[in-house]
Amino acid sequence: MKFKSTLENYVFVLPAVLIFLIFYIIPFIWVFQLGLYDWDGILPTKTFVGMGNFIEILTDKIWWQSMANAGYITLIALTLQNALAFLLAWACDREIRMKNFYRVIFFIPPVLSEVVVGLVWQWILDGNYGLLNHWLITLGFPNLARNWLSDPKTALTVVAVVHSWKGFGWGFLIFLAGLQTIPRELYEAARVDGANAWYSFRKITVPLMIPVAVLVAILTVLGTMQAFVLIIAMTGGGPAYHTQVPVLRILASMRGSSRFGYACAQGISFGIILMAISFIQYRFSKQSRQT
Amino acid sequence: MKRLVYGILPLFILAGCAPQKQTGKPTITVWHWMTDRESAFQELAKKYEAKTGVKVNFELYAPSDAYSQKVRAAAQGVNLPDIFGILGEKRDFASFVKAGHILDLTPYMEENLGDWKNKFFAKALEVNEFAADNSYGVKPGIYGVPIDIMTIQMVYNKDLFKKLGLNPNRPPATFAEFLEIGNKIKAANMQGMVSGWGEVWMIDCLANNYAFNIMGKDKVIATIKGEVPYTDPDWIKVLSLFKEMQDSGVLATGLVTMINKNAEQLFANGKAVFAFNGSWCVNVYRGMDPNLNYGAMLPPKASDKYPMSIWGGAGSSFMVNGRSKNKEEAVKFLRWLTDRDQQAYLSEATRNLPANKESTSKISPVLAQFASGMEYATHPNVWGVSEFSPVIEAFDKGIQSIIIGEKTPEQIAAEVQKTKERELAKAKKRQNR
Repeated sequence: MKFKSTLENYVFVLPAVLIFLIFYIIPFIWVFQLGLYDWDGILPTKTFVGMGNFIEILTDKIWWQSMANAGYITLIALTLQNALAFLLAWACDREIRMKNFYRVIFFIPPVLSEVVVGLVWQWILDGNYGLLNHWLITLGFPNLARNWLSDPKTALTVVAVVHSWKGFGWGFLIFLAGLQTIPRELYEAARVDGANAWYSFRKITVPLMIPVAVLVAILTVLGTMQAFVLIIAMTGGGPAYHTQVPVLRILASMRGSSRFGYACAQGISFGIILMAISFIQYRFSKQSRQT
Repeated sequence: MKRLVYGILPLFILAGCAPQKQTGKPTITVWHWMTDRESAFQELAKKYEAKTGVKVNFELYAPSDAYSQKVRAAAQGVNLPDIFGILGEKRDFASFVKAGHILDLTPYMEENLGDWKNKFFAKALEVNEFAADNSYGVKPGIYGVPIDIMTIQMVYNKDLFKKLGLNPNRPPATFAEFLEIGNKIKAANMQGMVSGWGEVWMIDCLANNYAFNIMGKDKVIATIKGEVPYTDPDWIKVLSLFKEMQDSGVLATGLVTMINKNAEQLFANGKAVFAFNGSWCVNVYRGMDPNLNYGAMLPPKASDKYPMSIWGGAGSSFMVNGRSKNKEEAVKFLRWLTDRDQQAYLSEATRNLPANKESTSKISPVLAQFASGMEYATHPNVWGVSEFSPVIEAFDKGIQSIIIGEKTPEQIAAEVQKTKERELAKAKKRQNR
């Protein structure tokens, strides 16, 4: 009887396991295997190079520059984007007028197509005919007008800010959901005990929101490190290598250089780095919750 | 009920697995990426079906990046259509041939004393040819059919030339004159040359034009073969031209991240004096502003030592799947598609230059200017050797760095040479394996 029940349970999870196996595990193994070969993606023959591709990645300066660029965009997203998302969620959680309207407005950027957002911002930031420069000149700040996307000093920051604008809605939604799960009685009890708003925020909101913040942080890191569509639409990875990110490098290896094996090795290495970052974040959050 | 289901189910399974009945005439499937030619292709397919009874399915996959990925994926799965095109370097083309994906068209081209072959401009066919002793190890022959030809040159806005006090019928012939116009453009607060230099391959194109002009074809080829370093003074001179262009003001601002679509819009809207673009632009500009007053010109030469070269040859080509069961029909269709009348129709409908020599009579004056550039045309795909992709990338991205004032031509030359040496060492290691 027990065996039958166990078998039944296995049968129920089998479809999910099969889907996971076919669409995740087997491709992962296959990609790893391809990473051990020198292959142009067309010829039926592949040359085994062992760990050669992975060793080459270690000395690929442009790859590491792209990692640093993605890290910078992620840093902006973790700070600016998530701080904005939290503040807006906190504001919308309070009794303010038209809060449902704001909730909808704040969630518009994430649902827009990345290509459309990229092209619209490219138009706004255009050095010659862009709206931003037009406003700066009109408002009497002509010295601030510049080629935002083709100037190496500003290109990456501008891309990071637009990425944060595009993505803060997700954090906003999760933070708002988290804030709404905090029992109102806690705030009422604190108020009765004489706590002001700031004290309640520090002693109730912040501690109870840590698990949510960790989740948002992990999702932000994973999403931002893998960003590329917006970057293609805005700068194409230029000027020079200033807005190159790892996914663009993988695409360049695959399409530009026809080095499928190397691209697969880059993909695997990148995946491992992301997993390691997520694991560290998770451990860190677990530790901070325990203390 | 159960019996009924069990009885009918095998019938359905058998019917589903049974081969489809052959209806006599085959259907030819063509994959392409040419959005601007889609309706003309569909029209020609209808005509061909009416004439022969053979249905031709043109399937459009755009943009070209997505198309390119689709063709590669289909090649990996040995699932290519009867006719397709390849976007990429000659090295990729060679891999497709070596993998057996492409039919050798030489016997068909040479039938009846080369009747089919002789219809094409020689340079259009050259791009699809592998010469004897080619460095790719491909059996010599013709492996593709050019549908149209193109040249990549400069265009200039005649109305803006007048505003600058220049003769609209006398574009700059030398690099010094070009830079002089740059100074005037800067003084008039206008935008100079626009192009898709954010997509880098167009930078490579202009840089190669000047490399041919400054050092000649042989030295360029010797560099690709690794016999001349990129730190050679001639290469530094080529790289320095970009700095000179930037300093003079002849390049539009924001050029290094500009995509060609935006560049085309700026030029068509009269917001840029020059554009560096391919002959396909005639159709694009007409769509954006039919009254645009412009002319085509060769890039102004920087040296008198060697003639100016431009990239040109086959614009787009079709290949026949070497494994297709309809390959004979596919060849027949391509032969028909490249006949004079069909080529004239395609040229008229899409304002591209026809690959068939007999069909050039009805083209517009600007397109004729582009066509006249064919005598100066060359293309990396006909050089017989290919530069390593990382070297090309380092070179093109390096030029972007020069334009934004981040690095000097000498620094870029040294970096490119370093990449070249690394790639040569890797190639040597691969050969020894």
